[in-house]
Amino acid sequence: MIDKTVADIESAVADIPDGAVVMIGGFGRAGQPRELIDALIARRLQGLTVVNNNAGNGDTGLAALLETGAVRKIICSFPRQSDSWVFDRLYRAGEIELELVPQGNLAERIRAAGAGIGAFYTPTGYGTQLAEARETRRIDGRDYVLEYPIRADYALVSALTADRWGNLVYRKTARNFGPLMAAAATTTIVQVDHIVPLGSIDPEAVVTPGIYVDRVVALGERAWLRDGEFIGGVTVEGAPRARDHHDARPGGD
Amino acid sequence: MATRISREELARRIAADIPDGAVVNLGIGAPTLVADYLPEDREIILHTENGMLAMGPKPAPDRVDPDLINAGKQPVTELPGAAYFHHADSFAMMRGGHLDVCVLGAFQVSQSGDLANWSTGAPDAIPAVGGAMDLAIGAKAVYVMTDLLTRDGTAKLVTECSYPLTGVGCVTRVYTDHAVFDVTARGFVVTELFGDTTLAELRELTGLELEEAE
Repeated sequence: MIDKTVADIESAVADIPDGAVVMIGGFGRAGQPRELIDALIARRLQGLTVVNNNAGNGDTGLAALLETGAVRKIICSFPRQSDSWVFDRLYRAGEIELELVPQGNLAERIRAAGAGIGAFYTPTGYGTQLAEARETRRIDGRDYVLEYPIRADYALVSALTADRWGNLVYRKTARNFGPLMAAAATTTIVQVDHIVPLGSIDPEAVVTPGIYVDRVVALGERAWLRDGEFIGGVTVEGAPRARDHHDARPGGD
Repeated sequence: MATRISREELARRIAADIPDGAVVNLGIGAPTLVADYLPEDREIILHTENGMLAMGPKPAPDRVDPDLINAGKQPVTELPGAAYFHHADSFAMMRGGHLDVCVLGAFQVSQSGDLANWSTGAPDAIPAVGGAMDLAIGAKAVYVMTDLLTRDGTAKLVTECSYPLTGVGCVTRVYTDHAVFDVTARGFVVTELFGDTTLAELRELTGLELEEAE
């Protein structure tokens, strides 16, 4: 019997070693596997290379992982944000290495790793600093840059629903890098709200087929859903929303 | 002093040029304002780089969904006909030439259409590029929305960019607070002057040999 279910989040990440290359899903906070990251932080690892679109927000999740000094290098497209103070400090202190990759090249390099592509020519970045020292080629009158895959030892991904085979369904723009990273890592670990019985996900609706997934762990429903229905009542960070006087005013914004 | 139009008026002016049926990506910052002025009688689909077509306006405060955000990581909504997809598909839509229009901000645009909008090259700055390079080279029409001058009065339209490039020869048209410029094989061509702005004033402000559209 195939059962990729892991009982608890600590054992899901128990074998990740020092120095591992770890892809972490998410775009900002949307789709960031916050609980898997917290479990990784508890491992007190060193020398990790992290692949993510950003470099952490606020003091939680990926930012908290960076804060512990566990990450030697980050590969991302957009580290600088209004709330990226943890990364900013580490970068300015020379305590973290940055490989900056245009976002579409980041996505395609991850996709290429999962798809067994050795390298690819992309027009993105041609003639810019971010393509310096790379091979270029003119094809049908357009200039391209050669880019190589990004592989990982582990991927930490957040999805909405899984079955025990690891078939995954995501939710809205929290999908982002999840399907790509799931395919690009040797071991893919996924946190979901619910693990449902095999056969209860519509095969037409499966976004990541279980072939790409190694472990799934269920955490219970996210705060802004109830029985699968969106109920709101949270901030964009996912925190409970404090009620204010605007709520009582009809037609208020 | 030449007449300037407000950022809101400029957003309305750009929106007027986006045709019915267009698929459009609005960059982070001022370009997102264009969404507020899209003509209601046109069906225009907004693309967001983080994996969605038919993005709608921001939700009511009690309907904010952390799983439904735009490229600026602000809460948005989904409109009827919306679709979600992963990041590689989203950037394939850009690179593959499937977007009709993107609107981007700029530090500098050169007369050959080079765009610089991701880095000032300052040594202490933390670099961040996001999806700017993919958008710049991918959309069928690349519109730049910007003030003509920086805060210290330097023109953003230049002979050659001094800031690090985002894309080479990629800009179609520049909408500024003074005038609209098309990028052509002959350099910038002024297609529209706002208020009582004159071509002579624009030439003085930019130091460029600007042509006027016939």
